[in-house]
Amino acid sequence: MTEMVESTFGPVRESFRALAATIVPEAVSLDADAWDEVERIVEDGLAARPAAIRRQLRLFVRLLDLLPVLRFGKTFRSLDPSRRTAFLLGVQDAPVLLVRRGFWGIRTLVYMGYYSRQEARDAIGYRADARGWEGRR
Amino acid sequence: MNEKRYDVVVVGSGAGGGTVAEALAPLVRQGKKVLVVEQGPRLRLEELSGRELEMAPALYEDDGGFLTADGTMTLAFGRAYGGSTVVYTGTSMQPPERVVRGWGVPGLDHSDLDRRARRFAGDNNVHLLDEGLLNENNRLFVEGCRKAGYRAEQFPINVKGCKGSSLCNLGCPNGAKQGTHQVQLPAAERAGVEVVTRAEALRLEERVVVLRVSARPEGGKGLPSEWAPGDYRVAAGVVVLAGGAVGSPALLLRSRLPGLSGRVGEGLTCHPAHILVGEHPREITNDVGHPKSFFLDRAAREGFVLETCMYFPFTTAKNLAGFGAPHSTLMRAFRRLQMILVLACDKAVPGNRVSVDRAGKPVVHYRFTRETVAALVRATRASARIFFAAGAIRVHAPSADPPLVEPGDSARLDERISERHFLPGKISVSAAHLMGGCGMGRGPEDSVTDSFGRVHGLPWLRVADSSLFPDSLEINPYLTIMALADRVAEGVVSDLSELGAGSG
Repeated sequence: MTEMVESTFGPVRESFRALAATIVPEAVSLDADAWDEVERIVEDGLAARPAAIRRQLRLFVRLLDLLPVLRFGKTFRSLDPSRRTAFLLGVQDAPVLLVRRGFWGIRTLVYMGYYSRQEARDAIGYRADARGWEGRR
Repeated sequence: MNEKRYDVVVVGSGAGGGTVAEALAPLVRQGKKVLVVEQGPRLRLEELSGRELEMAPALYEDDGGFLTADGTMTLAFGRAYGGSTVVYTGTSMQPPERVVRGWGVPGLDHSDLDRRARRFAGDNNVHLLDEGLLNENNRLFVEGCRKAGYRAEQFPINVKGCKGSSLCNLGCPNGAKQGTHQVQLPAAERAGVEVVTRAEALRLEERVVVLRVSARPEGGKGLPSEWAPGDYRVAAGVVVLAGGAVGSPALLLRSRLPGLSGRVGEGLTCHPAHILVGEHPREITNDVGHPKSFFLDRAAREGFVLETCMYFPFTTAKNLAGFGAPHSTLMRAFRRLQMILVLACDKAVPGNRVSVDRAGKPVVHYRFTRETVAALVRATRASARIFFAAGAIRVHAPSADPPLVEPGDSARLDERISERHFLPGKISVSAAHLMGGCGMGRGPEDSVTDSFGRVHGLPWLRVADSSLFPDSLEINPYLTIMALADRVAEGVVSDLSELGAGSG
């Protein structure tokens, strides 16, 4: 029997999408199906990780959404794109290793979800395939 | 628990284990039983799709995302029939005399290693790729090195019928790479050596390996195991550990064998690496052709090696520093990107080691020393000079802030690319050449094994992988691993009559 794994980012979907669209600006133009694909890839990638890690990631996303209230008076989701970027630049350079690591983990997951899709690979012009040189002639 | 008995059990099937398996195959004709245990699956050629998300879980430990204990470096090591030789680029370097001499291991002579490595280079079709098959990513590196005053050298590689898929790190879809999965293991199996895949070595007891064989996961890649799923207690006259620089020390540590050296797990080194990219004004051939055809060896003088490379979209995105519009702009320039992998030659230092957690899982403790960071920064500056000399219009350097370096910065690279911007946890650092943890040496006070991989105090136990290295090799390690493993196998053959068959 397959064990049911609780969604990592389902409960914080809007916050996760706001982060993802700041990390990869092109993500703002994803349609519903494409967002579902991004999130499915991320969830699949996390499914085998310990539940504690998945809980920590979800908590970190919640924190990233709430922390801007202290500086801007708004949640991350409610910020305009330039303030979102400014906030995340600060998180990326945070003096605390745990915070930097947490953000590195989130951005890695976003890149996995976004750039593992065929549509994204096509968009950047990535063409590698088994035929190698023969496929280019 | 199921019980089995063999004369020799080899744990691991990569450069070390595959080599030992082939070298011991003649014993089968003499009536001996030899078993190779591999944790990963046996993959069929048609399953190697070249897609990162599909292949990483099938080929790499932790899907390729194994992190050090503090989460600041990703370690990549293979877990399949053939181990890491399935996922490397086939670069085949002779053991460097300066380094082997510097190790100072009693009884280990460079000329002996060199001779053995040359034999394996012949067996594995190691040669220089024809010039007509080189892509522009590699040609620009050579040109940039020349103009910047460096001398690039061509990597000997072990391919046969390479079509230039550029997918080496996801398993060659054309079966061109001559790793142990293509050469040594099939030869050993034809001679009667048994291989059991999807078999994890849980622990060792006196002349016993306790295994767990897993079922093929639903929808997963690879063939089912040769053995029925379940736990096995396999008795052996000799056990040879070849699970790599993380796997072998971890297995020893969780086995708690009496009499084992306290040095197990110590002395881990790994060539920490950055992926750098230079953006050219025109499209270049980069995601076609063998990805790693040239290198620049500055190990002796400056503590780094530069290698050409080409990675896949997610891996590239992950390894570029930063996020947002600058990152996206660079990703959209994919067809114009030249890539260089910079590797620091780190040294074995106290604290950098393998341990196990309460569940027996390996934990890698690694701290970037000041010297390692300085080497990465020097390597990044040298790479920037090479990119610009080759015609790049921008260079992405993780240890610059902001990471995009413009040609106008050429005169002040030392200022732009600096140790003060090397912020662990912010920038991506990865390593694939994991070494040490069961180092060779004089005795149990300074090492785990002797120069033939005999574990001090435990004559039935041997080590035959990169964990034997007492310090960094400072170059791609697989031929050196094979040469050392060949010595280990020689020792097993000569000692086997004294040690007898498994009696556990």
